[in-house]
Amino acid sequence: MTLLRVRNLRVTFDTETGPVEAVRGVSFDLGRERLGIVGESGSGKTMTGRSMLRLIRPPGRIEADEMRFDGIDILAASETQMRALRGPRMAMVMQDPKYSLNPVMRVGAQLMEGLRQRDRVGRVEAHAKAVAALNAVQIRDPERVMEAYPHELSGGMGQRVMIAMMLIPNPDLLIADEPTSALDVTVQAEVLSILDALVRDRGMGLIFISHDLRLVARFCDRVLVMYKGRVVEEVAARDLLKARHPYTQGLLNCLPRIGGNRGPLPGLDRDAEWAR
Amino acid sequence: MTLTEWLRDPNPASRLQSRMAQTYLSWLRLRRNKLAVIGLMITVALVLMAIFAPLLAPYDPISQNLQERLQPPLTAGHWLGTDDFGRDIWTRILYGSRITLYIVLLVILTAPVFGLLVGTVAGYFGGWVDQVLMRITDIFLAFPKLILALALVAVLGPGMVNAVLAIAITSWPPYARVARAETLTVRNSDYIAAVKLQGAGAMRVIWGHVMPMCLPSVIIRVTLDMAGVILTAAGLGFLGLGVQPPVPEWGLMISAGRKFLFEQWWVATMPGLAIFIVSLGFNLLGDGLRDVLDPRSAGR
Amino acid sequence: MALIEIDTLSVTFDAGDRRVRAVQEVSLNVDAKASFGLVGESGSGKSTILRAICGLAPITGGQVRIGGEVVKSPRSKAFSAQVQMVFQDPYASLHPRHTIDRTLSEPLAIHGIGDTDARVMAALSDVGLPTSFRFRYPHQLSGGQRQRVAIARALMLKPQILLLDEPTSALDASVQAEVLNLLARLRDERGLTFLMVSHDLAVIDHMCDRVLVMQHGRAVEELSREALAGARMQTDYARSLFAASADRMLEG
Repeated sequence: MTLLRVRNLRVTFDTETGPVEAVRGVSFDLGRERLGIVGESGSGKTMTGRSMLRLIRPPGRIEADEMRFDGIDILAASETQMRALRGPRMAMVMQDPKYSLNPVMRVGAQLMEGLRQRDRVGRVEAHAKAVAALNAVQIRDPERVMEAYPHELSGGMGQRVMIAMMLIPNPDLLIADEPTSALDVTVQAEVLSILDALVRDRGMGLIFISHDLRLVARFCDRVLVMYKGRVVEEVAARDLLKARHPYTQGLLNCLPRIGGNRGPLPGLDRDAEWAR
Repeated sequence: MTLTEWLRDPNPASRLQSRMAQTYLSWLRLRRNKLAVIGLMITVALVLMAIFAPLLAPYDPISQNLQERLQPPLTAGHWLGTDDFGRDIWTRILYGSRITLYIVLLVILTAPVFGLLVGTVAGYFGGWVDQVLMRITDIFLAFPKLILALALVAVLGPGMVNAVLAIAITSWPPYARVARAETLTVRNSDYIAAVKLQGAGAMRVIWGHVMPMCLPSVIIRVTLDMAGVILTAAGLGFLGLGVQPPVPEWGLMISAGRKFLFEQWWVATMPGLAIFIVSLGFNLLGDGLRDVLDPRSAGR
Repeated sequence: MALIEIDTLSVTFDAGDRRVRAVQEVSLNVDAKASFGLVGESGSGKSTILRAICGLAPITGGQVRIGGEVVKSPRSKAFSAQVQMVFQDPYASLHPRHTIDRTLSEPLAIHGIGDTDARVMAALSDVGLPTSFRFRYPHQLSGGQRQRVAIARALMLKPQILLLDEPTSALDASVQAEVLNLLARLRDERGLTFLMVSHDLAVIDHMCDRVLVMQHGRAVEELSREALAGARMQTDYARSLFAASADRMLEG
């Protein structure tokens, strides 16, 4: 079943020096699966993710031949309709929890805010749901975390709180933009397994945006490789290491490996053809 | 190669070219803000009026002509009317712009520079240097501006230079605060650490590396404060403690027109309008400069 | 005698009401022309060691000796001609209102070295940047180009020792490869000594001969490159760090 259908997506920024196209004709379908979008900085992967929620600020513009989420035309939806979609049905986890949580509000209050305001849930029930959400992301002492302010949490803890917050309304689609890049390797693994379990148990669709090919290969079902605003290759994640496109191969080869030889790392010779 | 191409060249060949290119980009950004352009035009107009006052003015600003006293606006030869000594108000406003500009320039050259110095030094060194400098700043901030200026003028004696001095002394503390706040955010950044590691002394770091980062917020603040400076100068003039008659100063002109405010309203209103327009111009310009110079929006 | 000797170094900060013991009694030695790596998770104190060496963090216990001499506080100009640092974030380590030319000529001006034009041009081409970039501002450069400028700046005074604080972690994979290659080349050409911090074991393995694993401000285990590649760790923590980096192995 197709949850999200995107055809010929374009994101353009009008600047003093003329229009800059950040995304140039991206098309894909997403079912209830884990889709990875990889690419280097400036490849347009973040802009693609934000476009799904129409979170592009002027001077940026979104255009597409078609962009449907569960049958709803995202480009034609009113701002009220979009607000009803963002959160309850489509959620986004950003790279750094420090900037996504309100620094002067207790974690518990932030978790319950949506439930109380949007769903008119009573105080006791909202509290119980928030604790359950924190349990779901494997926070061991949810009551203490509920009472904490964001700055009192470690990076990994903050990111789990963010994921818990996004999951409370039980969305159909989760867009995770570099959710683990700010975390240490050992914590990274835990956060990924939490995300993985949630996708499997709840049957969510997941768009996982990352610059780390190896991470995406291990974690996703299908991968889009982006270069300069275009998708240059789409592969099944398990075949990523056997990818054919020279850009994907180049990205894989230029990484140092433990126990590898110490000669110069192979560079990535960019071909102007790839960007066409 | 046209001038625009030269300015847009991604690989400038000299320091001058790269600085001009940055200025050009700032100008493009400022130009998008219509209100800021209006503010800039008002400011430029003020400067031109001041420079060319003798050419633009139809009469002498000081010599009296009692036969034509208190003519209303739009009478032949006096489109803004005349005052109680029969002097053309338009002429006096033109010459008054020189005084206004003179005061503004002198204040710009003293107060922000001093404030910047105090603020950056206090912020960079921290500790007791910060304590001492900022407590002095607090003392100055604790006085109402006009009262302190009045007290200073009372001690120094009335006159334009003393008025400027009084305004400058009362207006530097906010700049010191702004500069200190900016310095605190810059002080621990990697690029300051890097230049310290090169062996740079404190003065080099403050002058060459910290001050350029504080400058934009101080410039914005100065532009927004200019309206206040003009008003304070006018206020001192109005109270008879600034420029002395018969020199045409806008505040002094309002003060003189006060006596006929109800029957001959234009005598006080015209210089009042001039103050209003110029203050508005500086405010609009300052607001636009904030968008252009703010370090958070720059660099994109 | 080792070029860098760190002897039971401790760094303690006063952060408001509590004392943060960032580094606790860490010792290590780096021979001349060798490369030494520090790994650990955030908050392990690895970057603080670099900052303590060059005077950006206070040494509250133990000693740091460079070439056998205990470092003086504040650091002398001679020290800055001997030890330089490259920072993690190339977006934060270059002055946003100075051209590349100004950034690179500043160290020359501080040390009263003449011949600025030729030296700046040479420094740019040494790090593989076109000399036409000379009068650009940092925001006109990409992350990798900025990091090259930062490396060029660190080498302006021809130091023996380069402290590298996660020099590639903010960069894309392909740019990381280019910058690592550049660092390796400069090390060989100029006989530099590296003390490098990273959270990426693969990067450390690629660049360094020895590595110290740190946790909570303490040294956990020192490993040779062979012991790292062969997974011959003695401590549980080092092993878990290695396991989390399994996808960075050669066959991965």
